[in-house]
Amino acid sequence: MIRIDQLSVRLPGFSLKSVDLCVEQGEFFCLLGPTGAGKTLILESVAGVVTIAGGRIVVSGRDVTGLPPERRGVGIVYQDCALFPHLSVAKNIDFGLRYYRRSTPAGRARCRDLIDRLGLASLLDRSVTTLSGGEKQRVALARALATVPTVLLLDEPLSSLDPCFREEIRDLFRSLHRETGLTVLMVTHDFTDAHSLAQRAAILNDGHVEQVGTVDEVFRRPLTAFVADFVGMKNVLPVRVENGILFIGDLALAMPGKNGHFRHAAIRPEHIHLQPAGSDAMPNGSFPGRITTISNQGFFAELTVEAAGVIFKTVMLTSSLLAMDLRQGKAVNLHIDPADIHLI
Amino acid sequence: MSSTAGNSAVIAAGQRRYQHRDPLFWLAAACSAVIVAFILVPLVEMMTQPTVAALKETLMDRDVIRSIRLSMVTAGAAAVISLVFGTPLAYLLARHRFPGKKILESIIDLPIMIPHPVVGIALLSIAGRNHPIGRLMQAVGIEIMGTVTGLIAVLTFVGLPFYINTVKAGFAEISPRLEHVSRSLGASAGATFFRVTLPLAWRHMVVGGIMCMARAVSEFGAVVIVAYHPMVAPVMIYERFTAYGLQYSQPVAVWLILVCLVLFLLLRVFSLDRKAAA
Repeated sequence: MIRIDQLSVRLPGFSLKSVDLCVEQGEFFCLLGPTGAGKTLILESVAGVVTIAGGRIVVSGRDVTGLPPERRGVGIVYQDCALFPHLSVAKNIDFGLRYYRRSTPAGRARCRDLIDRLGLASLLDRSVTTLSGGEKQRVALARALATVPTVLLLDEPLSSLDPCFREEIRDLFRSLHRETGLTVLMVTHDFTDAHSLAQRAAILNDGHVEQVGTVDEVFRRPLTAFVADFVGMKNVLPVRVENGILFIGDLALAMPGKNGHFRHAAIRPEHIHLQPAGSDAMPNGSFPGRITTISNQGFFAELTVEAAGVIFKTVMLTSSLLAMDLRQGKAVNLHIDPADIHLI
Repeated sequence: MSSTAGNSAVIAAGQRRYQHRDPLFWLAAACSAVIVAFILVPLVEMMTQPTVAALKETLMDRDVIRSIRLSMVTAGAAAVISLVFGTPLAYLLARHRFPGKKILESIIDLPIMIPHPVVGIALLSIAGRNHPIGRLMQAVGIEIMGTVTGLIAVLTFVGLPFYINTVKAGFAEISPRLEHVSRSLGASAGATFFRVTLPLAWRHMVVGGIMCMARAVSEFGAVVIVAYHPMVAPVMIYERFTAYGLQYSQPVAVWLILVCLVLFLLLRVFSLDRKAAA
């Protein structure tokens, strides 16, 4: 378990502001956020390698705030693996054993099991500088797990890997977590990592936590305009809602049963449907617009459509685009299912 | 495969042709030739003027041998002192941000910038009876004026910036993440330094030491103020030149240059090995 209370870190030009987080025992938790949001700083604060300005960090029920990194029992794996370049694979993995009294026969046997489990047996005598990206990541993981840490911190461990290695290492993380029940805090900006590995996630923005929840909650029900935009809801529009009517600029859309103080509507681009103007296929509630830009991305195309002064971003399959003969400047009808409009 | 190799050869030949037409290339080549000639011609001339017999005779001269040995010993001592005291400071500068860091870095570079006789005068001014430090040194039996201790002090003063700057660059090249991981694996700060940082930085420390030593061997201005005697090699060359003329100073200079060449050869060997390791 990791509990972070009111964590503050001040660096020149950036600060973490009173961050509160709780990662349950045995949970796989993701920290998401744009570059420079402070994700790695939180991780390094838990590891104890940065000086914190305030707050408290509890790891597995033990207050580690004032403890040096070597007494926290926390394993860390960095994006660049941070393998010791002057040591062989075997010596990298063995590096921490002496400090945790794991240089015993039992400790070494456990280490051998780990090496076999991670498929590193044939690499032990190799220099780490000759390994592939996936092999390096497995060595870094073996080195961190060899000391049997109470929690494992992963700093974007997949982002520097080729796609084929990425899937392999993702599967490895998933199965190791399932087998060991280890508490894992992972920093990533890849939604696939969060969806496939984590139970819960926190979204960070400029040094503070915007939202914490299950991965599904964060992606489907963002609480702020920033989170909505970050999780891919490309249309985050200022709105007002009165008596079941949603006003987006001059557009009025029926939202039966909705009332209250909402400031933004967040709509995923794939939930905005287009048909050529005059088509009978569109349901009631459609409204007219005009295509302003089309950006072909191969299998799909990104379109911006202007309707009553409001710019909507949408995507559609390139084949559908060609079939409907949609071009820049062409008049279209837009349809958005009220159920797909998330009000913030 | 052979077609790819053939294409590469054609491209390389094309690049060479383009390079040969480039006026900037010829300007750079001409400037390089002037600089190399400027450095080499006087040195080669000086080294080829003394006869083998004169060189042999100089090597038999006990005063010459003593002065070159003293130069090497005092410069070596300066390098060792720089290593012991400069390494922690270089690490601090490479790893930490703190108020006044730029000022501290400027202070370290001061011995490079100020005229070297001034260094000698400055050291003497704190070593005299009128200064508390001087009185303290005399109380514990440390003499600066005209002693080997004074020589080592002044050579450390001028060589220290070369050591610190080289080693600082070496530490800065090592990712702090390696140290973070080491600490997370249970190693203390000290164990991390000796098991991770030092094995990755020792080559920079050796290169820094050689640079410090080479700088110290060639020092004259500060040395001549603090300790004309015992005589180090540059002072002996100066004395031979002023007392007997060019012809008598040249053989000593040749031997000192050869010693310096060995130092720089070592420097290059370590630098090349580092690049090969990278």
